[in-house]
Amino acid sequence: MATVAPTRVRGGRGLGVLLLVLALLVGLAAYALVGIGFAGTVPADVAEYGLGMAVLSFGAWAVVRWRAPDADPVILPTVVALNGIGLAMIYRLDLSYEARGRAHGFADKQLAWTAISMVLAMLLLIVLRDHRTLRRYTYTAMVASLLLLLMPLVPGIGHTVNGAQIWVRIGPAGLQPAELAKITLAVFFAGYLVTNRDTLALAGRSVLGLRLPRARDLGPIIVVWAASLAVLVLQSDLGTSLLLFGLFVAMLYLATERVSWVLIGLTLFAGGAAVVATVVPHVRARFDVWLHAMDDDVFNRAVGGSGQLVRGLFGMASGGLFGTGWGEGRPYLVPYAESDFIVASLGEELGLTGLLAILVLVTILVHRGMRAAIGVRDGFGKLLAGGLAFLIALQVFVVVGGVTRLIPLTGLTTPFLAYGGSSLLANWLIVALLLRISDDARRPAPAMRATAPTPDGGIPSVVGGPSLVPAEQGRDDQHGDDQPTQALGRVR
Amino acid sequence: MSELTVGLLRLGYLALLWLLVLSSIAVLRRDLYGTRIVDRRRNRTGGAPAAAPAPTPAPARRSKTAGPTRLVVTEGPLRGTVLPLGAAPVLIGRSPGCTLVLDDDYSSSRHARLFLDGDQWFVEDLGSTNGTFLGDQRVSGPLPLGTGTPVRIGQNVLELAR
Repeated sequence: MATVAPTRVRGGRGLGVLLLVLALLVGLAAYALVGIGFAGTVPADVAEYGLGMAVLSFGAWAVVRWRAPDADPVILPTVVALNGIGLAMIYRLDLSYEARGRAHGFADKQLAWTAISMVLAMLLLIVLRDHRTLRRYTYTAMVASLLLLLMPLVPGIGHTVNGAQIWVRIGPAGLQPAELAKITLAVFFAGYLVTNRDTLALAGRSVLGLRLPRARDLGPIIVVWAASLAVLVLQSDLGTSLLLFGLFVAMLYLATERVSWVLIGLTLFAGGAAVVATVVPHVRARFDVWLHAMDDDVFNRAVGGSGQLVRGLFGMASGGLFGTGWGEGRPYLVPYAESDFIVASLGEELGLTGLLAILVLVTILVHRGMRAAIGVRDGFGKLLAGGLAFLIALQVFVVVGGVTRLIPLTGLTTPFLAYGGSSLLANWLIVALLLRISDDARRPAPAMRATAPTPDGGIPSVVGGPSLVPAEQGRDDQHGDDQPTQALGRVR
Repeated sequence: MSELTVGLLRLGYLALLWLLVLSSIAVLRRDLYGTRIVDRRRNRTGGAPAAAPAPTPAPARRSKTAGPTRLVVTEGPLRGTVLPLGAAPVLIGRSPGCTLVLDDDYSSSRHARLFLDGDQWFVEDLGSTNGTFLGDQRVSGPLPLGTGTPVRIGQNVLELAR
């Protein structure tokens, strides 16, 4: 319980460009070092690759300056750096796969997806002038999320890969719709909670210092819990299930400030996961691998053994503090080193020092999202930015925790690093939304600019927007509680 | 390429990575360390309103320098909060859309409004359940509000300050 007196981060513009150059350099140097580590020379197309990335990144920077001039200067460089590191590692693994005659060509696809994602994210930034517009589509977003989550179950377009039915294949393009559902769900939760948070926060009895909600207010959390369990059972996808439920509980906590919701959520999830883990064999195998990874029979199991996990651990161990260097290690020994286990690959070649730098970059990104949530003035924006930032943090925690055997391994992708088009696209869209909200958060306070004189009679009016709704009229209408902020926001 | 060069490149890359991290943090320095946080639960010993500075220079649009420039919460859960005053009216209440959002069970969602008429600020109750008090007097119609006069809204006491 503290109030934050906002200070404005100034002069981010010039420094933002500097950071972006540095971020590009990080990606480019990685690419060049892969070539040096592998063939002893810098790759021939390093200039073209660098030029392409520079055009994309500075194009994105220009769009941000144009459409969201007050947006956070640190978000874009951080993401460009993470994306560049991921691309370099995938390229490096590609070279190894090619030398061993295994399936390769991941790097080209990932590069194409990077370009597509950046362009689409910037389009979103251009089209979406104000994040509050999204609030109008609260329930549309809910329907869209359900459709996206159910798509892989539709026969014909659904597709099962390695036991998890989370893919949709339309023509040549494969997509994991659950990745996009994350965003629509965050929009839905934010819109729903900003309208209903008072009931969820204030009603109920106090027991041992905890404010417990009334039984009938438990409805929404039960519904989301059931939906996430359905994802777990029907699609055998532990990761998405955890992400979906975690997102809801976190946003519920953001909206109500009641610790009791977090405790209820954790209890529900632990109970649900325990039951599912004993019933569904695919999930039980994951728990087995986590708890008894070093057992011989678990390691040698043909399907669902701990070989991948243990090899990843050995890889990171051989990397040590400073890593083997780009292209010098053997991350290709781990199955799915380019997607699920890219963290282990990076840990092997960059060592603990490099991996920690990457994790700090992710932390900075999450921090900027949370900061935008604190700074923005409307409740919907706060919840959306906080939820999206938490989503990135939770996803990275689940992946890194899985790879380092802190929690059971799930099939989630590492944001921006791992191979996977849908994940890259979804995360770039999240970045576009965070940029949009941070632009609103860091814009100079509108109250200082409002020069509208108060007319006689004391009913205030605002230039360029609808007049403020008098309290007596606005009280019960559903969007009423954001109205004054909205009206003030238009004064520019 | 010699082993030494490769080793230097390897460490150089890590240095570059951390250079990016540290310069990002340097850009954020003011945001990380410059944010003032006023603990609302702290005992009322220090002069809280004085500790919280006006974050932005008040607009000297109305050339009358004697007018109040800040709204300060002096008592209650939000103690220490400072709101710069412009020409726009200030809506106070529990609703998230208010200019000053109170987390207080004793205030209404749209509780009261402060507005500027000419050079004089007025306080007006918006039909709240528990009322707005100017000193001991319950506010019914718009009343002129001078600098330093405490206004009680639920558990919070506010006043205008220069």
